[in-house]
Amino acid sequence: MSFVQGLKCRECHHAFPAEALHVCEWCFGPLEVVYDYEAIAGATSRETIAAGPPSIWRYANLLPAVNDGAVDLGAGFTPLVRADRLAAELGLGELWLKNDTLNPTGSFKDRVVSVALARARAMGFKVAACASTGNLANSVAAHAARAGMRHVVFIPADLEAGKVVTTAVYGPTLIAVDGSYDDVNRLCAELASEQPTWAFVNVNLRTYYAEGSKTLAFETAEQLGWEAPDHVVVPVGSGSQLTKIARGFRELYKVGLLDEEPHVRISGAQAEGCSPVATAFNEGHDYIRPVKPKTIAKSLAIGNPADGPYALDEVKRSGGGLEAVSDSEIVDSMLLLARTEGIFAETAGGVTIATLARLAAKGVVRSDERVVAYITGAGLKTIEAVAPVCRPTATIAPTMDAFAAAFEGVEG
Amino acid sequence: MPIVRIPTQLRTLCEGAAEVDVDGATVGEVLKALDAAHPGFAGRLFDDAGGLRRFVNVFVADEDVRFADGLATLVEPGQTVSIIPAVAGG
Repeated sequence: MSFVQGLKCRECHHAFPAEALHVCEWCFGPLEVVYDYEAIAGATSRETIAAGPPSIWRYANLLPAVNDGAVDLGAGFTPLVRADRLAAELGLGELWLKNDTLNPTGSFKDRVVSVALARARAMGFKVAACASTGNLANSVAAHAARAGMRHVVFIPADLEAGKVVTTAVYGPTLIAVDGSYDDVNRLCAELASEQPTWAFVNVNLRTYYAEGSKTLAFETAEQLGWEAPDHVVVPVGSGSQLTKIARGFRELYKVGLLDEEPHVRISGAQAEGCSPVATAFNEGHDYIRPVKPKTIAKSLAIGNPADGPYALDEVKRSGGGLEAVSDSEIVDSMLLLARTEGIFAETAGGVTIATLARLAAKGVVRSDERVVAYITGAGLKTIEAVAPVCRPTATIAPTMDAFAAAFEGVEG
Repeated sequence: MPIVRIPTQLRTLCEGAAEVDVDGATVGEVLKALDAAHPGFAGRLFDDAGGLRRFVNVFVADEDVRFADGLATLVEPGQTVSIIPAVAGG
């Protein structure tokens, strides 16, 4: 069962019914899901969660939808792996990686899409839609295909080839828009007004969709033996994921799943070519000035981030940091992560690891902290980023001598 | 006359219309004229200091006015001014 009581505006606290609404009609602020935490606490224990499925749905009591088998591709419950070799390179102590590259379509978006489409189906929607930088497109197309929903997916026309193919393969409607992600987003925000029977997961269903990211915090705490980490590093596109991870840790304490009130320091990672939130942080502003993105980290290339102000608040309040890293640092960090931990992440993972390295060097992330970095998308989606430097070491004739000569050259 | 595109959330203020034609040479003038024709818009769109609320985006000919001159951005007759909730995407 669902423990949702309704929706509430985050800005002016106006209450709304739990319908397909995402914006307060009074002040245009974002709506948030309100739960009956007392009832959740009564119905939920570490044991009931452990008895649940190995997916996000083990935390269904804290989500605004119930498990809908027709949608479920098995999102979530991805490995949390100790990363000692990477920690040694960065001068850190206890470092963990939440490996969300291992979701059904290779990114954390499967979490939010599962929740949004389960909710959308319960509300009677037959069409799934979204504005996407690629990962969401993959996920909406795959989950809608499985559920037998029609889908209409909108992407910027200059997206990586891998992300286009891995969306189109699920058919049937993929619209490439000449423009930036922010242009695509604006188009979909307008379309949502004209197509009220479509479930745009990150527009009219966004209130529910965003809640799926809380499972990144839930799983981390459970996998650490029901303890919160000291510090997390999260990539920032719209800022929603970071905001919801913070909310997730707080909710676990609220419903009695954590013994101690968590004080998780939250740091954000952006690319230099699209860093409106990091810029606001470093210049001491409390508002976000939109930018025109230009970065290889396309999944984070959101120049006008909807949850930017809230992500900024969470970072400041928790004593974390926000950095913006260059495209070359992103590529170097993708290689570092692959070389030390055997995880091939997309460019956003490079942004996260490069930011972690910067924050470690500055002493913001400390070696006495238990640190978790969120690796949210798989590297095969953005092979363009590393293809120029990832080549065969040698190309040889199929003979023992040729190998010996080539190997000697490589090994010295 | 410029054309203002109205989002669902505000259509109750203008009898359900998706588009409204109003006069004005700048975004600020157009939105004030909109409020004069259909009272209630100003309270929803502007904050106490008279600026656009932080979760309201306004586009002229598909360009965010924050990249132009904000409320002073010029609007030509026949151009479309779109009011769009900022909370979307990601």
